[in-house]
Amino acid sequence: MKTLADLEAIRAKTLENINMRKDDNAARVVVGMATCGIAAGARPVMLAFMEEIQKRELNHVTVSQTGCIGMCRYEPMVDVIMPGQEKVTYIKVKPEMVPRIVAEHIVNGRPVEEYTIGAAE
Amino acid sequence: MDLYRAHVLVCGGTGCSSSGSAQLIERFEEQLREKGLEKEVKVIRTGCFGLCEAGPVVIVYPEGTFYSRVKVEDVDEIVSEHLLKGRKVQHLVYVDHKTHESSVQKSLKEIGFYKQQQRVALRNCGVIDPENIDEYIAFDGYRALAKALTEMTPDQVIKEILDSGLRGRGGAGFPTGKKWQFAAASKAEHKYFVCNADEGDPGAFMDRSLLEGDPHAIVEAMAIGGYAIGADEGWVYVRAEYPIAVQRLQHAIDQAHEYGLLGKNIFGTDFNFDIHIRLGAGAFVCGEETALMASIEGMRGEPRPKPPFPAVKGLFESPTNINNVETLGNVAQIILNGAEWFRSIGTERSTGTKVFALGGKINNTGLVEIPMGTPLRTIIEDIGGGIPNGKKFKAVQTGGPSGGCIPASLLDIPVEYDTLTSVGAMMGSGGMIVLDEDNCMVDIARFFLDFTVDESCGKCTPCRIGTRRMLEILERIVNGKGEEGDIEKLENLAENIKATALCGLGQTAPNPVLSTIKFFRDEYEAHIREKRCPAHHCQALLNYVITDKCKGCTACARACPVGAISGNVKEQHKVDIQKCIKCGTCMTKCKFGAIIKD
Repeated sequence: MKTLADLEAIRAKTLENINMRKDDNAARVVVGMATCGIAAGARPVMLAFMEEIQKRELNHVTVSQTGCIGMCRYEPMVDVIMPGQEKVTYIKVKPEMVPRIVAEHIVNGRPVEEYTIGAAE
Repeated sequence: MDLYRAHVLVCGGTGCSSSGSAQLIERFEEQLREKGLEKEVKVIRTGCFGLCEAGPVVIVYPEGTFYSRVKVEDVDEIVSEHLLKGRKVQHLVYVDHKTHESSVQKSLKEIGFYKQQQRVALRNCGVIDPENIDEYIAFDGYRALAKALTEMTPDQVIKEILDSGLRGRGGAGFPTGKKWQFAAASKAEHKYFVCNADEGDPGAFMDRSLLEGDPHAIVEAMAIGGYAIGADEGWVYVRAEYPIAVQRLQHAIDQAHEYGLLGKNIFGTDFNFDIHIRLGAGAFVCGEETALMASIEGMRGEPRPKPPFPAVKGLFESPTNINNVETLGNVAQIILNGAEWFRSIGTERSTGTKVFALGGKINNTGLVEIPMGTPLRTIIEDIGGGIPNGKKFKAVQTGGPSGGCIPASLLDIPVEYDTLTSVGAMMGSGGMIVLDEDNCMVDIARFFLDFTVDESCGKCTPCRIGTRRMLEILERIVNGKGEEGDIEKLENLAENIKATALCGLGQTAPNPVLSTIKFFRDEYEAHIREKRCPAHHCQALLNYVITDKCKGCTACARACPVGAISGNVKEQHKVDIQKCIKCGTCMTKCKFGAIIKD
């Protein structure tokens, strides 16, 4: 290592891996992973989110799990919480829906209305 | 590198390691493999989180769920519930002693223990993997070194430290910038930068935790300091009783070499710096800088008179600067964020934060870092969670064997160098031992003096003989053989030792005695005049008495090793004071609470 740029490169590369341990206000994707969610296929959905986020190098986004919120018929359910905004709940999420949610909602800030719980109710 | 969705941080500090955190890590890895989660969840061994009382500690991110007292059997549940299904394992979540909150999902920042803390020196402890230099770099590591070497002159670095008001965290509180200035002003071909990690105060373990949890911070600070004073060689003097700290520090030094952050031409400049470790054998006096240097040189660890100061003639006869571990823990942050930022924390004459090792009669035993000026009461009642078992607070002992006891009436004083000194205690390295109503203050003074007598190197007479005479008087008092005039004799000896001892060890050794006499003179007098220990602590001065709660079950009589208890079945028993050796066995055997100390 000879320059500040070298140091910065290592910093940026490692940061994406440990970002979740920092305190800053990050976007969060929360996947319902109770028995009902897992049975409905939440695991492939969560993996799809992780893959998509990694592919797009969205270092500030964390993916986490939560339990059952009681609307098992809508599983797999996914909450997307952008800093400073109301959380948006997506229902019956399939892996192929994930790239669109990431692109439109997380990157561009426009929730995908047709996938949300509001559209179904 | 792969992206993980969750990180399981397991404390690998000395406290948690001794309660089995290594086995936890093994079990986590095993379970994650079994459940097919090894690509999603990463297990990391970190440094100390500070809340050692609740160890072994496990934190699961991104939620920041804080699990305490985790056993190997619990790991399966955390993996299958929390990591697989996303449901927190409520019964393992840390419970606050004070608020008894456990139903709410606790994360690190919400816990009372951490809420009032501000972590500067310990910022990375329990957050990063101490054996991974990349993680340190990700948390702004080595950026301060880069900034100092490429954008600042040595004088600017010194000025920044001077302006920050940083004072030595090892005991005396000398301004760090001044020290660097003196060393920089000495002209010599070769200079040394030494890190004093010979942490010896009973109960203090912040330096160990810092070296274990964030060793690169010390490596970086030493390189910055070396650049500032013009040294090209660094030594860390660390005690051999800290094997984990030594191993991680060595690992950090090796990694820094690999990355070119130590060695020749660091960051493409003509600055060269290298660090060696010297293991100390655990002599308390070697924390004194001249004794420390003698020990590094391979000589007997004895202090010598100053001047010449180390900044003029130190290690191997060359100008040397010596700083304590925690002091160095602040350096990189000051260079990065500026002196102004550091001054904004703490008080006018005591800037920044201070780490304290809370111990003794307190609920949250552990390591806390608070802004200077925080009232003692906040540390003990809010952060420390108060005194266990509903007992009454009596005093807090700060500064270890060189410090003093602060009574309940002074609990609202702010914690600063000068305030603590003005009440006869001292900041010291930051050991804080809490005492409750069951602690005898005379015995506490005896305990600390016993330590210093043991650790006195014997070079100068006041310390070698004077402290021993004081100890003899104290032993007499706690054994019920105190005489009128003993207190005055102690005071007289103390003043003379303070004035004439060669080094800091001797000069401060009488402090625990003086401060307990100052605030708890009545306890001394009760021992001497009434042959009574008000705290019912001193064995020689108390009698075991069986009250009328006795049911005559004979349990005590059967347990008594000297047959001092007599009585018929189903009748109140009696202790023969002449025969009793005051071992206390009867009291522990009694199921009815009928035996009391009088």
